[in-house]
Amino acid sequence: MNMIGEEMQPGLSKGAIRIEDVVKIYDPDGAAVMAVDHCSIDIPAGEICMIVGPSGCGKTTLLNAIAGFHGVTSGHIYLDNELLCSPEKPQAEPGSDRIVVFQNGALFPWKTNIDNIAFGPLMAGKLGKKEIYEKARSMMADAGLSGTENSYPGEVSSGLRRRVEIVRALMNDPKVLLFDEPYRALDSLTKSVMHEALLDIYYKNKVTIFFITHDLEEAIFLGHRLIIMTSRPCKPKKIVDVDIPHPRDYSVLTSPRFREIMNEAKGVVNEEAKKAFDAGEREG
Amino acid sequence: MKKPRKRSMLANERDNGMNIRKFRDGLFSKSTLRGISAIIIFGIIWELGARSEELFGYRWPFLGLVPAPSAVFVSWGGLIGDPSYWQSWYMSFLRVFAGFMAAVVIGIPLGLFMAVNKTFYGMAFPSFEVLRPIPPLAWVPASIIFWPTQELSIAFVTFLGAFYTIVINVLGGARSINKQFLQAAQSMGASQWDIFKRIILPATLPSIVVGAAVGMGITWEVVVAAEMISGGGSSGGGAGGGLGFFIWSSYVGGSYEQIIVGMISIGIAGYMSSELLRQTGGLLTPWLKTR
Amino acid sequence: MSQADVTGLGLTMFRISSWLKSPKPYLMVTGFMLLLATWYFTVEVWKLPRFQDMPGITEVFSEWFSKDPYYGLSIYTPEYYKHILISLRRIAYAFCLATVLGVPLGLFLGWSKTIRDFIFPLFEVFRPIPVLAWVPLAIIMFSGSETPVIFLTFLASFFATTLNTMLGVESIDESYSRAAYCLGASRWQTFKHVVVPGAMPYIFTGLQISIGVAWFSLVAGEMVSGQYGLGYLINTAYMMIEYPKIIIGMITLGVIGYSTSALVRLAGDYMMQWRVRELALGDN
Repeated sequence: MNMIGEEMQPGLSKGAIRIEDVVKIYDPDGAAVMAVDHCSIDIPAGEICMIVGPSGCGKTTLLNAIAGFHGVTSGHIYLDNELLCSPEKPQAEPGSDRIVVFQNGALFPWKTNIDNIAFGPLMAGKLGKKEIYEKARSMMADAGLSGTENSYPGEVSSGLRRRVEIVRALMNDPKVLLFDEPYRALDSLTKSVMHEALLDIYYKNKVTIFFITHDLEEAIFLGHRLIIMTSRPCKPKKIVDVDIPHPRDYSVLTSPRFREIMNEAKGVVNEEAKKAFDAGEREG
Repeated sequence: MKKPRKRSMLANERDNGMNIRKFRDGLFSKSTLRGISAIIIFGIIWELGARSEELFGYRWPFLGLVPAPSAVFVSWGGLIGDPSYWQSWYMSFLRVFAGFMAAVVIGIPLGLFMAVNKTFYGMAFPSFEVLRPIPPLAWVPASIIFWPTQELSIAFVTFLGAFYTIVINVLGGARSINKQFLQAAQSMGASQWDIFKRIILPATLPSIVVGAAVGMGITWEVVVAAEMISGGGSSGGGAGGGLGFFIWSSYVGGSYEQIIVGMISIGIAGYMSSELLRQTGGLLTPWLKTR
Repeated sequence: MSQADVTGLGLTMFRISSWLKSPKPYLMVTGFMLLLATWYFTVEVWKLPRFQDMPGITEVFSEWFSKDPYYGLSIYTPEYYKHILISLRRIAYAFCLATVLGVPLGLFLGWSKTIRDFIFPLFEVFRPIPVLAWVPLAIIMFSGSETPVIFLTFLASFFATTLNTMLGVESIDESYSRAAYCLGASRWQTFKHVVVPGAMPYIFTGLQISIGVAWFSLVAGEMVSGQYGLGYLINTAYMMIEYPKIIIGMITLGVIGYSTSALVRLAGDYMMQWRVRELALGDN
């Protein structure tokens, strides 16, 4: 785990997440369903941590607890040693230190791209409107989004929309970005472009990234570390360190080390996917 | 037994941790109580308002002019045994049914035909759209002139009310059918008639049900108005009563409690017909139940 | 972004020319001709039973456009415009009042469960009562002949607007409000920036329905009670056996009713630029 420390900028110490023995039980129609089972994960500041598991295994539950959309049944979640949520403190307040990039995208379709990006700081009201828009414009330029400032999200491609959404999150200087399978709906070509763009943004703004996916290639390409989850109930099954040095580009995908890691992870993931599939078969 | 479980798993993932059962239990008890208390409070205000003159010596605006709910119920009690009150129910139901059925029988085939035949659509739809903005009730006088009996003229206006909605819904439903359904059927060797019967008709059914439900609401509106206009406008007994006429004659006769009785009766009758329609629609489209 | 270049005049011209090349306009004209011909032949040429009592097309139009109308109503008589203006004024009062009260109420009903719990059951109790059954009660409650008619029209609009606005709030994807909270928006800011614009499409659908039912009940109200107005015109024309005036009234109602709902749609387009632009792209 410490090996990634070398690559990180010194002094960066914000955004460490500690998930301690978290359990989450749903109780729909009296049939208690355990979504997360005694799950402990430690994510150091500035790490890209990829949470890998089959669809519907309860990864999103974990993300929602960190984001503050709901509480946990037992266990604790800390951000930089500050308690986010526990059974006694059922729900963390959602706040701009942990920003979610949603599965289907949640750019406000009724605001132009730049208005979307300026939204967070405008709500906080700490900076003047002019400063905020200047910052937004320069951040958009950095992310290669110049020229789309006054378009509505519905007018640009879905790949571009995702980039706008990430820039919107970064505008608030968050400690953590929480990605909930954001590239799920993209085709694989767009996806790989998006991955490089994301890494590019990450190298410029080091934040902790908690990234949920079921795409192993995506996970290895982006992550410092993969945490492979069991299917329902969800808990870490295997942790795989990706010791391919950053910065990475697409050539990594064909490197032998990439293949090795892929092989190492593939078996475990497949086994869980099969389990989830069989469970789905039985239930459906 | 198998399916619901899977659905609940999906549902709880969507709701993200909302404890659904407790949530629903709470919703039931608490919000039902709230709803009931709101209605009771409304009833008390109404009663106080209606009796404000005798109670406070000052007549509240608007409500002070309305009969009190207690008086309404007393008057209703007296009407329950009155066959002419039930005759009004019967007449209105009959008219709603006649107009509505006519609209269904003519509207559904017309809508479907417009959907499948482009030439007919091109010719008929613009004319249809030109006539549609004319409110059905504006047809009342013309309808009275045209049709030999008043009963038929009421039926015609009632028909118009439901007709437009049903046609528009059927047309919209049939035109929005997923093209791949048709292609799949064709590739499996279905004939034109098969496609119509097995794909277009069932795929349009949900829209038909929606159109019919909306149409039913409009039908009641129109029947009430037509009964009032024809009863109130022309001499004497109108076309044999109906709840709309019941309200109007209560107004003319000065028995204001009965107006409210009539309003509530129409509300109940309208609600019953839409509920009946919704149940029938549910039976006709069992595959929508899961959603 | 090349699509953006194909808007404006060139696009309009292209659309018109391709429309003219399609069979659509010719079929449409044929349809209209058939409709008018049926009216002309059945009433004035063949004089079919029942049809011959109806006012004929030539009779109606010669009255309508006559400088010296036989029944005293044509586009040259001030009385015609007085009817129109009075109806329009009633619609304006009722529609504006219904919008000003219905939209905020609907927003709060959708937004706050507590408010919905208290108010919505009352709504459900009143809703099945046809608006027109209120006529006598409206006459009793409100003095004069003007207020009852406006009240009825208002009532119809109010229900449509409120319910659709409420549905609109309920239709908003939860991830939008979650995103707003993540970006640090308060509850009130989320209401203003997410709930209101998010419900906008439904609000305008509601307003379209609202203006339609407003005309519907206005006509009924004017026919039963009231002085002047197009419904009144139609009803008195019937009683005075001035039948062509009935048809003039009906057509005028159709034209004006259509224009008002077109106005509402235009206002909606103006306020929802993002939707207009999205739809324009989808068209190309």
